[in-house]
Amino acid sequence: MVKDHSTENMIAVRDLHKSFGTNHVLQGVNLDVRRGEDMVVIGGSGTGKSVLIKCIIGLIKPDKGTIYVDGQDTTSFNEKELNEMRREFGMLFQFGALFDSMPVWENVGFGLKQHTNLSDDEIRDVVTEKLSLVGLKDVEDLMPSQLSGGMRKRVSLARAIAMAPDILLYDEPTTGLDPIMADVINELIIQLREKLRVTSITITHDMVSAYKIADRIAMLYMGKIIEVGTPEEIRSSRNEIVQQFIQGKSEGPITREQ
Amino acid sequence: MFKLFELVGSTVLRFIEESGKVTVFFFKILMWTFRPPLNFRNILRQTEEVGINSLPVVLIMAIFTGMVLALQSYTGFRRFNAEAFVGTVVALSMVRELGPVLSGLMVSGRVGAGMAAELGTMKVTEQIDALYTLATNPVKYLIVPRFLAALFVMPLLVVFSDIIGIAGGYLVSVKLLGTNPTIYTKRTWDYMELDDIYIGLFKAFIFGMIIAVISCYQGFYTSGGAEGVGKSTTRAVVFSSLVILVSNYFITALMF
Repeated sequence: MVKDHSTENMIAVRDLHKSFGTNHVLQGVNLDVRRGEDMVVIGGSGTGKSVLIKCIIGLIKPDKGTIYVDGQDTTSFNEKELNEMRREFGMLFQFGALFDSMPVWENVGFGLKQHTNLSDDEIRDVVTEKLSLVGLKDVEDLMPSQLSGGMRKRVSLARAIAMAPDILLYDEPTTGLDPIMADVINELIIQLREKLRVTSITITHDMVSAYKIADRIAMLYMGKIIEVGTPEEIRSSRNEIVQQFIQGKSEGPITREQ
Repeated sequence: MFKLFELVGSTVLRFIEESGKVTVFFFKILMWTFRPPLNFRNILRQTEEVGINSLPVVLIMAIFTGMVLALQSYTGFRRFNAEAFVGTVVALSMVRELGPVLSGLMVSGRVGAGMAAELGTMKVTEQIDALYTLATNPVKYLIVPRFLAALFVMPLLVVFSDIIGIAGGYLVSVKLLGTNPTIYTKRTWDYMELDDIYIGLFKAFIFGMIIAVISCYQGFYTSGGAEGVGKSTTRAVVFSSLVILVSNYFITALMF
């Protein structure tokens, strides 16, 4: 992929639409993610946060709109170009999505095995290094079913960073973890951004996590981004919808709409 | 009354739609099969799963089928003094029809269900999405090895089941019914032509293809969590069994 470092935005989403049957999930999303920042997209369950990042990495084809990654329109890419593009990405799935037929080291080294000529020993060395980046050691030969929830997420994160991507996508990184493990993951996300200088998009509804890791926060509501700002700006937003969401109140405009 | 028409209509439409999708999926598999490189490790692993692990059930099926065929044909043939031809009937039925069809049904129950359940689980736990994000095409990585394994292993399984089935028939006829072993063996081979064996093996090849394509399709397009995986698994077994039975008739009729 030809890199165009002149653009300030690593990812730019323009007027993105996606429907599933009669359910119009994304209704014209506009979002800019700057090079090297951590953009956190917040929003209720089922508002299309996952659909948005799956469109960005090309897992879901949008109905309308464009997505620019490093200045290139990726919505017109064919399978081969998409695969090229995906090598720049790493994605952490909500439940880890580890391949349960393979031990940890093969999971983490999967991309290396597929796309490089490294020998198994060399791959294991890289895997050990990546695992230490996420704070794990001596787990290489365990199977995913032997890991706890927090460890699965960390192994999955190690897999996401194994190919040294430029962009990391986190799908609800703290969901389903206890508060302490959630904070460990938050710290890890911050550390990785500093060490690897990646651009990242995190989707979450965990506000503690959002405030902690975000450079900027965007709120997705009714298929559109209704507000973007730094954590302070979001906290002091005058938008009632944003206020109801970040304070987690059951009374307010969001619940009235439904 | 209108409800009935509606039901029939929508069922027919759904059937046509599904057939179309399976066909598209089949061509996708073919396309990726011929695009190098092939993942020999995965092919080998699937060959073990489809072949070696299915062998016991297929052999048990075959020996009992051969035995019951001998018993049953003997009962009929004795009434017009044609006991001597039991061997011929057992061998021809095993090689042309029962070997491939029953092996196909056993393998679709064992392997087809396994493929649909495994791929379905991978789908609902986002492992298939994860493959895409690792710049790996899941059809190439997961499905082509299963397809190739089923394709080439089914004929081998059928060869085994033919041999064991014929042996079962021999056992019952000679040891139980007291037929002369020399005559039985002679009658078994005298009327058998190479074409009979080819037809059986050709069927096995086609059935392997049917099992892999339908079961992988069901697994690959699973949605809706654990319940969805269950449904896909059931559909994989039911549809591949039905398609095997129907296509078996047409292959036999065409090559009559």
